[in-house]
Amino acid sequence: MPSAPMFIQAESVSREYRLGETVIRAVDAVTLGIEKGEFLALLGSSGSGKSTLLSMMAGLDRPTSGAIRVRERNLAELEADELARYRRETVGMVFQSFNLLPRMTLEENVELPLRLAEVHRHDRESRVGEALERVRLGARRRHRPSELSGGEQQRGALARALVNRPAILFADEPTGNLDSVNGEQILLLLREVQDSLGMTIIMVTHERPLAERFANRIALLSDGRLVNDGAQG
Amino acid sequence: MKTRDLSELAVRNLREAVLRNSLTTLGVAVGVASLVAMLSLGVGLQTLASERLTRSGLFDAVFVTSQRNSRGPRRPPADSAPKQESRVLDEDVRQQLSKLSHVTEVYPQIRFVTDVRYAGKSETTSVLGLPDSSPSSGAFEGMTGAYFSSPTADEVILHIEFAKVLSDQPPSLVGKNLTLRYAERAALSKDAAGDSSLLESMMGSAMPGGISIVPREKTLRIAGVIESDPSAGIGGFGGARVYLPLRTAEQLHVAQPDDLQAFLSGNPAKPSYMALTVRVHSPKDVPQIETAIKQLGLATFSLLDATKSLRLVFTVFDLFLGLFGSLALTVASLGIINTLVMAILERRREIGILKALGATDRDVRTLFFAEAGAMGLCGGFFGVVLGWLIGQALTWGTTIYLHRQSLPGVKISYVPWWLALGAIGFAIIVSLIAGLYPAARAARLNPMEALRYE
Repeated sequence: MPSAPMFIQAESVSREYRLGETVIRAVDAVTLGIEKGEFLALLGSSGSGKSTLLSMMAGLDRPTSGAIRVRERNLAELEADELARYRRETVGMVFQSFNLLPRMTLEENVELPLRLAEVHRHDRESRVGEALERVRLGARRRHRPSELSGGEQQRGALARALVNRPAILFADEPTGNLDSVNGEQILLLLREVQDSLGMTIIMVTHERPLAERFANRIALLSDGRLVNDGAQG
Repeated sequence: MKTRDLSELAVRNLREAVLRNSLTTLGVAVGVASLVAMLSLGVGLQTLASERLTRSGLFDAVFVTSQRNSRGPRRPPADSAPKQESRVLDEDVRQQLSKLSHVTEVYPQIRFVTDVRYAGKSETTSVLGLPDSSPSSGAFEGMTGAYFSSPTADEVILHIEFAKVLSDQPPSLVGKNLTLRYAERAALSKDAAGDSSLLESMMGSAMPGGISIVPREKTLRIAGVIESDPSAGIGGFGGARVYLPLRTAEQLHVAQPDDLQAFLSGNPAKPSYMALTVRVHSPKDVPQIETAIKQLGLATFSLLDATKSLRLVFTVFDLFLGLFGSLALTVASLGIINTLVMAILERRREIGILKALGATDRDVRTLFFAEAGAMGLCGGFFGVVLGWLIGQALTWGTTIYLHRQSLPGVKISYVPWWLALGAIGFAIIVSLIAGLYPAARAARLNPMEALRYE
């Protein structure tokens, strides 16, 4: 009996960059399956290709070869508008450098994905409020990013990633710019989200202790290759 | 993204770089202002010329003659009228012409030479009857005294040159009386002719009647003194120095050259005219009226072709003014391109974030378009206001200059609604075209590369 398809399936995914005459293979024939509701940590040193793999699974980049299937749809074959829709409706993203728009208040930043998804104006306020309460920033909604601490900014970025109620949350080094206390807070929040919403989380990190503590599974990458997918058995 | 959200984001983005965007918008405004100022000048001058020419009666008038008048400037071209029996221009024809649609006034030219007596002086000069519509020509603006108190008033207006002959201080003549001595025409009666048997013996039975010329005098009040010649132009031919209301002139029954024609036509008791002037509502009515009059067996003449040439000249004039004005707007559009390209460089990361959050290429492109369009809209609006102000300043300066030359002021700049809306629309279109390249470039950005940008 064939096994059930994975929620996310990377099949021999490669990503090459051309620098003049030189071809750099950032991701080299990676095959990886991720279950729905799983918290996977992509672990590896700098330049191992983990962020590149994450960005391809998040629909921000396309593989040079191979396929990435999410709910059995190959992202590599999607048109640009379909890929944008995938990012808008299926995916939430948290970055190392927070990436909040500096001229907007926190609530405006969190509202942005709802604007892009053309959610009705009346529904937006409650959903923004809900997302900010989840990350415990309800009181800071009118503040601009520059008026928030690093930890608060990353929690704000997490609220923005969650506001569209995505099925998958991608986090690229979410603790990379935070101290250990704030880093731990963020990972606790991610775990809480996974538990309460049943969300699939894929996190890129180079900090093994954090990955081991919070993730369900660790996939190890080195020089663009998947060294260990962390799967049992 | 919905239009409202896009607009809000665009306005927010414009507000963030307020100085640079304001300067760019100012550039557009100056470009639009130069365009509006130039075109408003063209439109203003065209309006002024059209108004003056229309008021002069040159282009809304048809000059009617009998086809018998085979000589002189009013002779119609050989093929201009259908071959019909020619008619005498008499009172019946005048009434018939006045009933045609779009006709506002039909009047003959009454001009005669007279002796004017004032304060013991006697001067010979030419007198002209002015039709009721004369005040609308604008020739009487700024005259000393006033126009005739009524269309049948026993009043005259003197030309300044003739007034100087009568008095060293022409303005002092206003309100004074003068006497006209003229030749009155009357149908010949036995009483008036005296020895009619003598006439009959001379003419035999070929001439069933005759006319008599009787010297008369009429005292008239001087209503005003005018510096320009209100009778200049076709239909008037200028040269008269004393003017009186046409109806008053008609009541005088002054002997006219036409009377000889009436005498020869065998109906001396019934006055006829050498020519009639038919005024219409608008120059565009002229061809229709000309056709109708020709069908009555009369010859016509108008200056319609001259108005067509005038329109052509002004259209070319406007075209050149518009081209020069557009140059400034083209330069301003380069400013928009520069501002938006700079914005892409500065907001590269923001574009990456928007794309990562699910913005489509179209969303990004439209956002940049909206910003370019908003700069065009604001620049267009302020440009129209600025252009209007420049036009007002030109009018103001011209008026001051004309007043110093003892001439009445004129409005040389005019911004019609179509020019205002057209200029704003043009500014938006130019801005959108200027935004094409930056918007396409922003939309093409790879989100991963954009997010890496610091």
